[in-house]
Amino acid sequence: MTTTYGPLAIWAVVLVVGAATFAIRYSFVYLFGRIDGVPPRVEAALRFVPAAVLAALVAPAMIDPGPTLVATVLDDRFVAGALAAVVAWYTDNMFATIVVGLGALWAAGTVV
Amino acid sequence: MVTIRGHRTETPLGDRCGRLPVLPDDLLAGVRATLPLLLGLVPFGLVAGIAAVNAGLSPAQAVGLSTIVFAGAAQLAAIDLLGRDASLAVVVLTAVVINLRMMMYSASIAPYFESFRRRWAVVSSYLLTDMSYALAITEFRNDSETDRRWYYLGAAVAMYVVWQVATAVGALLGTGVPSEWEVGFAVPLVFLSLLVSDVSDRPRLVAAVVGGGVAVLGGAWPLNLGLVGGALAGVAAGAAVDNWGRDA
Repeated sequence: MTTTYGPLAIWAVVLVVGAATFAIRYSFVYLFGRIDGVPPRVEAALRFVPAAVLAALVAPAMIDPGPTLVATVLDDRFVAGALAAVVAWYTDNMFATIVVGLGALWAAGTVV
Repeated sequence: MVTIRGHRTETPLGDRCGRLPVLPDDLLAGVRATLPLLLGLVPFGLVAGIAAVNAGLSPAQAVGLSTIVFAGAAQLAAIDLLGRDASLAVVVLTAVVINLRMMMYSASIAPYFESFRRRWAVVSSYLLTDMSYALAITEFRNDSETDRRWYYLGAAVAMYVVWQVATAVGALLGTGVPSEWEVGFAVPLVFLSLLVSDVSDRPRLVAAVVGGGVAVLGGAWPLNLGLVGGALAGVAAGAAVDNWGRDA
């Protein structure tokens, strides 16, 4: 879980991601008046980026395909994640989601 | 155009604002508008700091990441991938793809930044996040009397400062947090919370299910290609369902 990359590589990542992120943020503010907004097809695709990327980050952390469906679903992280998802859905509160998810993971760890 | 902002002075903070001649009303209105969001921003920032040092970044690198990139989800993804020694190209690509959504914000908010001087447009763009965009666009659309630059800067700078402080505190707590506490699990929980609030219609739900499904199946693929593949498949599936829904 600890990186073997040295400081140079890490600072390079920070600077490159920082520069690219600024370019994204400034893109249309800079272009405004020169062109007419985002092409509709691009805009349509960009709408789905958050859902697709976030799910691709979340799912492998909470779903560890076991030998059977039951084993997969009874995994501590899956149960904790499912509970947290319910809390997120009903409260739309990040703090509550973190508390319930971590609490469920600790509870599952103590019980088993 | 002269406007009497009666509704502002009626608020309890309004009186206090009157006694601070250096700070414009609209700047303080922007700061105030961020207060409910801090409940989400503070734990998110703490997690970003804790996760960074636990992945092997120094506190300075953790704070540098926050001050320079200033984009929580992308920071956490980069930290997570660095901790797993993913290739640097995958780290950068993933963080940039996550931030591509900001292009929509840039396009949407550009008309309102048009009257700003260039340097303020640059600063305002730098501070553009999901939260500052959401707050500002709502205010800009509803209230044409607000001084947009002050309101936006009030909100965005407040969020920037809180984010930096929370990350720094997290980075200092960092490795002092025992590993049995599993605080690392807070990272996917933050993403989960962002995901649930984003999935507001069927095409987005399809994008999430396909994106997550492909990422799980591709968990063992080299270079974390499961993540990139999941993201691309999810976007394609969401766009396809969206198109299909319109044609039908």
